[in-house]
Amino acid sequence: MKDRKLRVMVAKPGLDGHDRGARVIARAFRDAGFEVVYTGLHQTPEEIVQAAIQEDVDMIGLSSLAGAHIYLFRRVVELLREKGIDDIVVCGGGIIPEEDIPKLKKIGIREIFTPGTKLEDIVQWVKENVKPRIEGVKCKVK
Amino acid sequence: MQSEVKKVLSGDVRTVARLIRDIDDKVPEVREVLKALYPYTGKAYVIGVTGAPGVGKSTLVDQMVAHLRKEGKTVGVLAVDPTSPFSGGAILGDRIRMQRHSLDDGVFIRSLATRGHFGGLTQSTRSAIDVLDAMGKDYIIVETVGVGQDEVDVVRSAQTTIILVIPGMGDDIQAIKAGILEVGDIFVVNKADREGSDKTVHELKLMLDMSQEKYEEGRWKPPVLKMEAVFDRGVKELLEEIEKHRMYLAEKSGGTSFRKTRERIREELSEMVKNRIIEEVFEKLIQSGEFEKAVNSIRAGETDPYTACEDLVIPKLNLAEEHGRKR
Repeated sequence: MKDRKLRVMVAKPGLDGHDRGARVIARAFRDAGFEVVYTGLHQTPEEIVQAAIQEDVDMIGLSSLAGAHIYLFRRVVELLREKGIDDIVVCGGGIIPEEDIPKLKKIGIREIFTPGTKLEDIVQWVKENVKPRIEGVKCKVK
Repeated sequence: MQSEVKKVLSGDVRTVARLIRDIDDKVPEVREVLKALYPYTGKAYVIGVTGAPGVGKSTLVDQMVAHLRKEGKTVGVLAVDPTSPFSGGAILGDRIRMQRHSLDDGVFIRSLATRGHFGGLTQSTRSAIDVLDAMGKDYIIVETVGVGQDEVDVVRSAQTTIILVIPGMGDDIQAIKAGILEVGDIFVVNKADREGSDKTVHELKLMLDMSQEKYEEGRWKPPVLKMEAVFDRGVKELLEEIEKHRMYLAEKSGGTSFRKTRERIREELSEMVKNRIIEEVFEKLIQSGEFEKAVNSIRAGETDPYTACEDLVIPKLNLAEEHGRKR
């Protein structure tokens, strides 16, 4: 078997309509060799999680520039937990105040990238922290 | 394995999603699951949607899903986008147009990247269709990568192939060239509110009328429809034509399922054999470093590509004896 390809999702939860940043990130991930599923704007946490399951991604990157990040990011993590999914890394980025970062990490968001972060640093973080699922669907005969 | 097969048959989304990933990543064990699923395939109706980038394929698929859901049919969607030839990465953006269906349990949408495969689909598409079929989806819609003129893969996988065009994409000579326009079962001129749509419809009809052998008495004559997919205009009519084509196929085949016709089995098997040979021979040459070594000796002037190719391939295929005889 060849190496598995990393599949990541870039998603825009909530009513925030600014996706330039999300697109730049998606592009950087593409150039790093990842398969990037982009959901488009105005997604509910439910839609994001369902799409992430159908797409079998290894990571969800949430982008928020409109202030509702605590509620929206938390909901994504909760939904994953409710569905018993523990192998999808969730990280976030956007206009997020310093004081919210510890709260978000406590909720289960693995990392937060704020404006000014270099693209190569984000890509490097993903390469180090997100590993594609190794094991295949269990299919040994007997 | 038994339990995985059962999970797929019962429609478990997570198992299906992971299985498609395993197919894409060529996990060898996945073949056993596919073998076990094969007897449960052949029930779904597969529709292919193809056309140049930006003609509205994803928008149309989204509308088709909405219509089929209203009729209570379940739908699987496989949407293909291109892999970068430089980085190996891909941006899979077809979902953007279809996200309103993501919470609907009757719909399963999966984006696939071409990963270097030419022809409009991915190497994994055929098997992914099988999985969605076994999962119990009534319809499977396959959206190709935005294609040019010659990407006709989809025809081999779909019962009904829809070719989407928009007005103003070239003169009437484009319409009589060989390739993709020969393979459509239904033609749709999307964005029909734009100038020139009647002319495009006319040119397509002329092109179809000229193909006399193909469209003899009793044969399916591809209709040309006008559509504004984004406003849901013309989508219902398209689904009616698909139904007519389905009935036509059923009559022609006398009840043999599409998957089991001789032609399809031959296509499918030949693809599979070719892919397997590439995996077993070519990829192993890469892994073992023999390929790179040959590249270096050609560069160093020690050999030529023709000899190097023979030296690489012939021992792998146990053709040495036969080859010797020919010489």
